[in-house]
Amino acid sequence: MTEADVKVVYKRPIGLTDLVTHYCPGCTHGVAHRLIAEVLEEMGELNNTIGVAPVGCAVFAYNYLDFDFVEAAHGRAPAMATGIKRTLPHKTVFTYQGDGDLASMGMGEIVAAASRGEQITVIFINNTNYGMTGGQMAPTTLPGQKTSSSPLGRDVETQGYPIRTAELLATLDGAAFVARRTLHDARGIRMAKRAIRTAFEVQKQGLGFSMVELLSICPTNWGLNTTNARQWLAEHMLPYYPVGDFKVSTAVSEMKIGGN
Amino acid sequence: MQAEIIISGFGGQGTLYAGQLMAYAAMDEGKHVTWIPSYGPEMRGGTANCTVVISDDEIGSPTALHPTAVIAMNLPSLDKYEPLVKPGGYLIVNENMVNRAAVRDDIHVLMVPASTIAMEIGNERAANMVLLGALEGNMHLLAEGALEGALEAHTAARLKKFIPMNIEALHRGAEFQAG
Amino acid sequence: MALELIKGNTAVAEAAMRAGLVSYFGYPITPQTELLEHLSARMPELGRAFVQAESELGAINMVYGAACTGLRTMTSSSSPGVSLMQEGISYISGTELPAVIVDVVRGGPGLGNIAPSQADYTQIVHGGGHGEYHLIVLAPASVQEAVDLTGMAFDLAEKYRMVVCLLLDGFLGQMMEPVVMPDFQPVRTTPPEWAVGSPDSKERVVLTSINIDPPNQEQFNVKMMTRWEEVEKNEVRYKGYYLDDAEYVVIGYGTAGRIALTAVRAAREQGHKIGLLRPISLSPFPTRAVDELADRVKGFLVVEMSNGQMLDDVVSIAARRVPVDFYGRMGGMVPYPDEIANAIIEMIQGEHDVNADGRAKWLAKMRELVGTGE
Ligand SMILES: Cc1ncc(C[n+]2csc(CCOP(=O)(O)OP(=O)(O)O)c2C)c(N)n1
Ligand code: SF4
Ligand SMILES: [Mg+2]
Repeated sequence: MTEADVKVVYKRPIGLTDLVTHYCPGCTHGVAHRLIAEVLEEMGELNNTIGVAPVGCAVFAYNYLDFDFVEAAHGRAPAMATGIKRTLPHKTVFTYQGDGDLASMGMGEIVAAASRGEQITVIFINNTNYGMTGGQMAPTTLPGQKTSSSPLGRDVETQGYPIRTAELLATLDGAAFVARRTLHDARGIRMAKRAIRTAFEVQKQGLGFSMVELLSICPTNWGLNTTNARQWLAEHMLPYYPVGDFKVSTAVSEMKIGGN
Repeated sequence: MQAEIIISGFGGQGTLYAGQLMAYAAMDEGKHVTWIPSYGPEMRGGTANCTVVISDDEIGSPTALHPTAVIAMNLPSLDKYEPLVKPGGYLIVNENMVNRAAVRDDIHVLMVPASTIAMEIGNERAANMVLLGALEGNMHLLAEGALEGALEAHTAARLKKFIPMNIEALHRGAEFQAG
Repeated sequence: MALELIKGNTAVAEAAMRAGLVSYFGYPITPQTELLEHLSARMPELGRAFVQAESELGAINMVYGAACTGLRTMTSSSSPGVSLMQEGISYISGTELPAVIVDVVRGGPGLGNIAPSQADYTQIVHGGGHGEYHLIVLAPASVQEAVDLTGMAFDLAEKYRMVVCLLLDGFLGQMMEPVVMPDFQPVRTTPPEWAVGSPDSKERVVLTSINIDPPNQEQFNVKMMTRWEEVEKNEVRYKGYYLDDAEYVVIGYGTAGRIALTAVRAAREQGHKIGLLRPISLSPFPTRAVDELADRVKGFLVVEMSNGQMLDDVVSIAARRVPVDFYGRMGGMVPYPDEIANAIIEMIQGEHDVNADGRAKWLAKMRELVGTGE
C-alpha cells in the first residue's frame, strides 16, 4: 500500500481531550460530546467557545471538551450562559444539560432564556431519568416507567405526565431553532450532528435561542445492556418524543450554513 | 473488646455484603456494631469497601485508621491497607487476585486462594464468604456458628438456596489458620 | 425488642412514617437519596402523600402549604438543596408553622462533593434565611439516636409551631447500625384549630408571613423570641462522657462527636482526664453546660467536620476563661480518632493561652498538613 492509499476515516476530533471518560460503557453522553466537538471544529469555533456544564452525569464534561468551560449550579446553566453571553457577545456560548437539570430544576431558567431569545445554544440530553443520582424519576420519565423513585412505575395520576421539552420551548417567540434528534443509531446520530450544526450557526448569526434535544440511553440505571437500551429507546421513547424540528424561525429557514 | 474490620475489593465482589453479614451476626449476639460503606461515584465499577466495628461497648468512631483486620480482595486493596493493619492484627488476602505476597511480619497474614475454593464449591462469587470464614476462624470475634446463624436469619427468601454453599465457603475458609 | 440493621437515611424515613407523617416532598440529592426513595415506595403503600418535587424550591414550598394544614409534613435534602430551601424556611418560620427538615450534610461550598461534612451548621443553626427566626436543630450521632430524634422532631415542631431540622451528615446517612424502630403512631388527619381547613376553627383562618406595618412585625418578632426563650429553657439536650473528673473537655456533635469519643477513651487509657460533651440540640445550644465547664476545666477542644462553625459559639461562651483549641477537617474529609487524639495531647501540652486563636493555630497546621493547592 502506498501512502496515498491510506486515508484517515475516523479520528478523535481535536476538541476532545485524550481521556477515558467517566461515563458508563455505551452511554450516549460520549456520543453527544463527540458531535459537539466535531461541529465546533468544522465551524472553526473551538477557540471561540465557552461551555456551561450541568449538575448531572455530564458535570465533568469540561474534562473531555477541550475549551473554556464553567460549571453551573443545578438547573441554572441558561442563566449562567446568559451572564457570559451578555458580557462577551462574540463568544459562542452553549449549555449542556440533562433532563433533570433542564426540565425539572431549571425549567424556569430555560423558559426565561428561550423567551428572551438569548443568543445561546442548548444541548439537552433526555435519558428519561436522573442518571447521576442513581436513576430517579425525571420529568421525562415515561408513563409506567420504573425508576428508583417511582418503584411501581410512573403513575400519571399522582406523578404527572412527561414533559415534551422541545415542543414546549418551541411555543416561545424568542426561540429560533428547536429540534429533537436521537442518538440510538447511526442515522439518528448523523441527523443529530446536522441539527447541532444548525443550532450553533443560529447563534453565530445572531438569530436567537437554539436548542437540540437528544434522546439518549442510560444503560446503567435502565438495567439494560447497550443493545437493549438502544432498542428500548427506539420502542418507547421515539413514539413519545418524536424526532423533528419544532421551531424554525423564518430567519433560520433562510440561513445559509457555510463550509462542510 | 473492640475490633475494626475493613473489607475491600472491586465493586461486585461482595465486599459490602460480607461486611453486612458480620454486622448482622454481631447484632444477633447483642454486640454493638457499625457498618459503613465507601459511597459515591467510585462505586460505579471502582473499588468498594466497608468498615465494620464490633464492640462490647458503645461504639465511638465507625472508622479506623489502623484496623484490627483487613480482608483484601484485590491488589489495590492489599497495597492500600497492608501498611495500615494494626500491629498484631490480621490481613486476609484473596491470593488469586494478587501477584505478590504480603511484606509485613508484625501481623498475621493469611493468603487464601478464595476464588479457587469458591469455584470448587460452585460459584466464584462465594470468595467473599471464604475470606470471611478465614477471618472468623482465626479471630473468633463472634460466637461459634454466629455467621451461619446470620445467613439463615437474614437472607431474603429468593436467595435462601445459596445458604448451604455460603456456609460451606465459610467453613472452607476457616480451615486456613495463621502460622 | 427486635433489632434491625438499617441505614441512617432509611431509618429516618421509616421513623418519620411511624411518627405519623402525612406528607413528604423532596428532590433527589446524594447522600440523602435513600430517604426519598424509601418514602417513594412506603408513603403510597400506606395511602399517604409523596411528591418528588421539581426542585428543592418546589419541595420546601409544598411543605409550606402542607404545614398550613397543621398535619405532619417533612422534606429532606443535602447541603446545596438546603441552601435553596432557605427562603421557604424563613417563610414557614415567619408563619409559625410546624415542619421537619432533614439535612444530610455534604462537602462544600458550591457543588463540592457527596462526602460527609458538618459545614451546614452556620446556615442551619444561625439561620441561612432572612429575618429573625430560630430553628430547633437536633444532631444525632447514631442511627438509633436519629430514629428517636425523628419522632421527637415532629413533637417539638408541633409543640412550638416551628421548624425542626434534623442535622445529619453523609456518614450517618449511609451507616448501618442495629436499631429498635418505634411503633406506628396514630396519624392525625384533621387540621388543628389554627390551621386552614380545620373543622374546629371559629373564624376563617388566614396564614401569612407578611406584616406590612413595622410595629406589628416587631411585636410578632417579640412573641417569637419569647417562645424561643421557652425552647431554650426546655429543650436543651446533650450527652456527657467522663465529665465528672475531666480536666479537659472535647466538644463535638454528630459524627465528629462520636469519633472524638474513641479519641477521648484512648487519652483516658493513657491516664489523661479527658471528657466529652456531645451537643444533641445544636439549637438551642447547651450553653449552660459549656458555661459551667468553662469554670472548672483547663481547656476545651472543639472538633468538627468544618472550619469551626460551632467553634465560634463555644468561644463566645468560654469568654476567655479557658483556652479553646480546635481540630477540624473540611470538604468531605472525616477525621480519624488518631488525629483527634493528637490534638488532645497538643492541648494538654500546649501553652494554655486563653487569648490564643484556636482556629488560627489549627489553620496553620492545616496549611502544613494539606497545603492550599496553590
Ligand atoms: C440543588 C441540587 N439539588 C440536587 C442535586 C443532586 N443532583 C445531582 S445530579 C442530579 C440530576 C441529574 O440528572 P439529569 O439532569 O437528568 O442528568 P443525567 O445524570 O441523567 O445526565 C441531581 C438531582 C444537586 N447537585 N443540587
Ligand atoms: S448513569 Fe446513565 S447517564 Fe450517567 S454515565 Fe451512566 S449510563 Fe450515562
Ligand atoms: Mg437525565
